[in-house]
Amino acid sequence: MSEAQLRAADLAVATARPQAPAAVIDANQPSSPAAAGPWPQAKRRRRLGPGKRIPYGRVLGPVLLLGLWSLASATGLLDPRIVSAPWSVIATAAQLSARGELQADLLISARRALIGLGFGVTAGTLLAVLAGLSRVGDAVVDGAMQVKRSIPALALIPLMILWLGIDEKMKIVTIAIFVLAPVYINTYAALTGIDSRYVELAEVVGLSRWQFLRRVVVPGALPGWFVGLRLSVTGSWLALIVVEQINATSGIGYMMFQAQQYGQTNVILVGLLVYGLFGFITDALVRLTERRALAWRRTLAG
Amino acid sequence: MAADTGRLAGPPAVRVTGLVRRFGPRTVIDDLDLEIAAGEFVALLGHSGSGKSTLLRALADLDYDAEGSGSLYAPSALSMVFQDSRLLPWLRVLDNVVLGMRGAIDRGRDALAEVGLAGRERAWPNQLSGGEQQRAALARSLVREPQLLLADEPFGALDALTRIRMQRLLRELCDRHCPAVLLVTHDVDEAVLLADRVVVLQHGRAGLDLPIDLPQPRSPRDVDFQRYREQLLAALGVTADGVV
Repeated sequence: MSEAQLRAADLAVATARPQAPAAVIDANQPSSPAAAGPWPQAKRRRRLGPGKRIPYGRVLGPVLLLGLWSLASATGLLDPRIVSAPWSVIATAAQLSARGELQADLLISARRALIGLGFGVTAGTLLAVLAGLSRVGDAVVDGAMQVKRSIPALALIPLMILWLGIDEKMKIVTIAIFVLAPVYINTYAALTGIDSRYVELAEVVGLSRWQFLRRVVVPGALPGWFVGLRLSVTGSWLALIVVEQINATSGIGYMMFQAQQYGQTNVILVGLLVYGLFGFITDALVRLTERRALAWRRTLAG
Repeated sequence: MAADTGRLAGPPAVRVTGLVRRFGPRTVIDDLDLEIAAGEFVALLGHSGSGKSTLLRALADLDYDAEGSGSLYAPSALSMVFQDSRLLPWLRVLDNVVLGMRGAIDRGRDALAEVGLAGRERAWPNQLSGGEQQRAALARSLVREPQLLLADEPFGALDALTRIRMQRLLRELCDRHCPAVLLVTHDVDEAVLLADRVVVLQHGRAGLDLPIDLPQPRSPRDVDFQRYREQLLAALGVTADGVV
């Protein structure tokens, strides 16, 4: 069917709608799908919803940005000394990966971010559970976490260097601390926000404490935890950039720092691109697991 | 009558003596005595704020924030149906029904079939209609084989047609499983339709204790039905001419 035909069909559906109730009244017997008359066959959309899901819609924004960048470079609007053209960035990336430098740096960076994220998310979740489920935990943990939250994690770097040196330990701990707060805050809010009616139900049904945790608390807090996780995942890349530009001898951040010394805009852009891609891919992965894990939620976005 | 045979058979399922419940300066239940025989269906009427829900929560051992005295005996095998279905949205219907039970999957399936939800075991609660959700909640209560079923206005949020169907279903299920039932309602017709005995709470006490001596199934068009109805309305302070 052509575009125009499709549009005509849409129009026909739209105009047929007002007459539909009359047809329904006529049809007293249970109607088969074929006998549904002018009632629209296609699945209708919620009027106040965000609209139809666009396939691969999430890639659209970045691709558009890339297109604008290419256009500006091709027309000479962008000075290659300030911002290299996309193709020269890609060529540089190819060169770097041909020499194996890019992969090595990438692997090291990814490893740091992942380990830091793992520790941070685990600690944040445990602290939130402690504070959210017991009064003593709440008293001890929550106040301290609020104080910690008002100190920027990156301001702790000088102290971290003094305590832990400048090697991997310092980097991973800094990332973990940076990532801790979003997981903690969102999980804590989700835990304390669990409907008290469900707690009442759990008591009437006679759930044990463990069953209560497994059946009510964890699934009830999961949506909030995922929000925290997504913030943390992008946060871990953010912290990584900072950490890798201080006394590092490897990693993407180091690569960019070196490029700055030699004025290699294209290499810096390769680094930025890698960070961006990493952030995008990891966020997409978290989203995907979130959709699977929270299948019971039928929200506007669904 | 079911009510009479029930009261003769063995010790009562529920015995409340001299119950007092206070919230701050307000005494909600004041020296209440109530007995429910095993298998007896009792409806509890009263104005809002008359202590209906407070009594129910006391029996279910859910009244932490109330002070009070008196003695209270209720079987430990009790189930409760709330006004909302209170299904956990993240558990499938069958998992909701057997929540907290071990190896009861088959019995849960049977219970769902009994309330007319066979085939919906794998559905999420928010895919069910309001009536279906309340059916699932009934299944969750009955699969535990309670000796006492507490129901706190279970049909209050349903539309009129669904309510009629659910009232019939509740009575059928209770006849089959024979728990003692305490049904809190504000609907006089519902009380007369379903209960063996209707208790009207007034000022924190059982103001009127009226056995309904009509065979099941009952019809609101029946003359005796209307006589009971008017008697109860009068006890609640409403006459055919209006509020007294």
